[in-house]
Amino acid sequence: MSENRNIYIYDAKNKTAKPFEELRQAYHYRYLISQLLRRDIVTRYKRSFLGIGWTMLNPLGTMIVLSIAFSQVFKMTEGYPAYVLSGLMAWNFFSQTTYASMVNLVWGGGLLKRIYMPRTSFALAAIGTGLVNTVLTVIPMLIVMAIIGVPIRASVLFIPFPLLLLALFSLGFGLILSTLAVYFPDVAEMYQIILTAWMYLTPIIYPEEILPENIHFIISTFNPMYGLVKLFRIPIFYGRLPTMEEFVFPAIIAILFFVIGWFFFSYKSDEFAYKI
Amino acid sequence: MGYKIRLANVSVQYRMPSERIGTLKEYIIRRIQGRVKHRKFFALKNIDIEINEGEVFGVIGHNGAGKSTMLKLFARVLPPTIGRIEIMGSVSPLLELGAGFHPELSGRENIFLNGALLGFSREEMRKKFDSIVDFSGLSAFIDGPIRTYSSGMWARLGFAVATASRPDILLVDEILAVGDEEFQKKCFDRIDDFKNNGTTIVIVAHSMQTIQERCSRVSWLDHGELKFIGVPEEAISAYRKSQNN
Repeated sequence: MSENRNIYIYDAKNKTAKPFEELRQAYHYRYLISQLLRRDIVTRYKRSFLGIGWTMLNPLGTMIVLSIAFSQVFKMTEGYPAYVLSGLMAWNFFSQTTYASMVNLVWGGGLLKRIYMPRTSFALAAIGTGLVNTVLTVIPMLIVMAIIGVPIRASVLFIPFPLLLLALFSLGFGLILSTLAVYFPDVAEMYQIILTAWMYLTPIIYPEEILPENIHFIISTFNPMYGLVKLFRIPIFYGRLPTMEEFVFPAIIAILFFVIGWFFFSYKSDEFAYKI
Repeated sequence: MGYKIRLANVSVQYRMPSERIGTLKEYIIRRIQGRVKHRKFFALKNIDIEINEGEVFGVIGHNGAGKSTMLKLFARVLPPTIGRIEIMGSVSPLLELGAGFHPELSGRENIFLNGALLGFSREEMRKKFDSIVDFSGLSAFIDGPIRTYSSGMWARLGFAVATASRPDILLVDEILAVGDEEFQKKCFDRIDDFKNNGTTIVIVAHSMQTIQERCSRVSWLDHGELKFIGVPEEAISAYRKSQNN
């Protein structure tokens, strides 16, 4: 009757394998993750008239507002909308998925106390939702580029790679954030303020050339989002492939954050059942 | 016949901050001052239990004795701090039915979501779908959003999903209060049917009547320690005696 997968043996003496066990279980529960992803997307738009169209219109609207407001200020009229849009795409992915990982985990806390499921499910579903939303914004972005005359080059096809790195970074960061939010409810409030500040410390809406040299150095060295956003922009806006240096550093940071976040979360998550 | 659940020298230790620290800011300040102290206590201490196939196993004890902690161990939600736990088979928890439902989704969508939460695959859910709807008796409402359901309908659907297939181990928290009398009878019939087919049932209840009527063996927990394990009458009388003192 009982299949092999249903046997659960836990010995407190050997718990080194926790992060790997979590990975194995996340794969086993992939249907749950796809269902959570579906729930996120469907419920967000269920009662609205435009439905999924909002996913496309939202960054487009922001882009139009920013273009009108800032293209004069920054004296960068040429292609500014495409510049903003490519940056926003990366930024929105990061801010939405990390915030959703945290909120979903706190929401799902009641379930985690009762039913076994991989605790990373919520963060993984949030990343999946972010990927779907980002893919949907590619279409309006290409239309905007065509309208304002920014050439669309074949380098656009490189986008899956920076997107994957950004997803790894966001997952790792989101897992660390979620863990903190379980212990300290104020983290959710604080994070919204941090996100706003962080966005202004990343060249999203302004061209990075306007930064004074010393500040540019600090941002490009210590802000991990700097390199990741740029990696998005290079194939879309600048229409070329990134150099080795431009690719490798963000890649290392993204993988590092993913590994640290996954391990930290896996070890701490045993306490969640009585903390949430 | 082999055991279905085995706890060998299991202890669960909770680590709680001795003072409530509500914010991260406060935590960081106290950490720097070296004033973060944790209080550790054992919710369960040196528990050895074997629960056999087809058994109806009851757990009694006053509030905070470790009953829910024990249930969490069985549900794989909480790992033991010390010791070894073996669970041979699928576990289905009948705790707060429909806890994972989303109000904006339809009954149909929630069946799939809830089934996924219980660890079923898409194919398994497709196969079970009709029998779930049939058992719940909600086929007329299945495509309406679940926020329009009454609490009774909500629980009925929850029960139908949670018991869509016979688990090897069923965890029941308190007595089931699902919908009307007729539906309750249907639920108990299903549970009895599981039992007759070899499902092990673990019941945690405050009602001694339920325990006495249904269980074949009962364990009494007191302050995280296993005080007694044996036939229901003796366990209950031992528990009652300790309360009177």
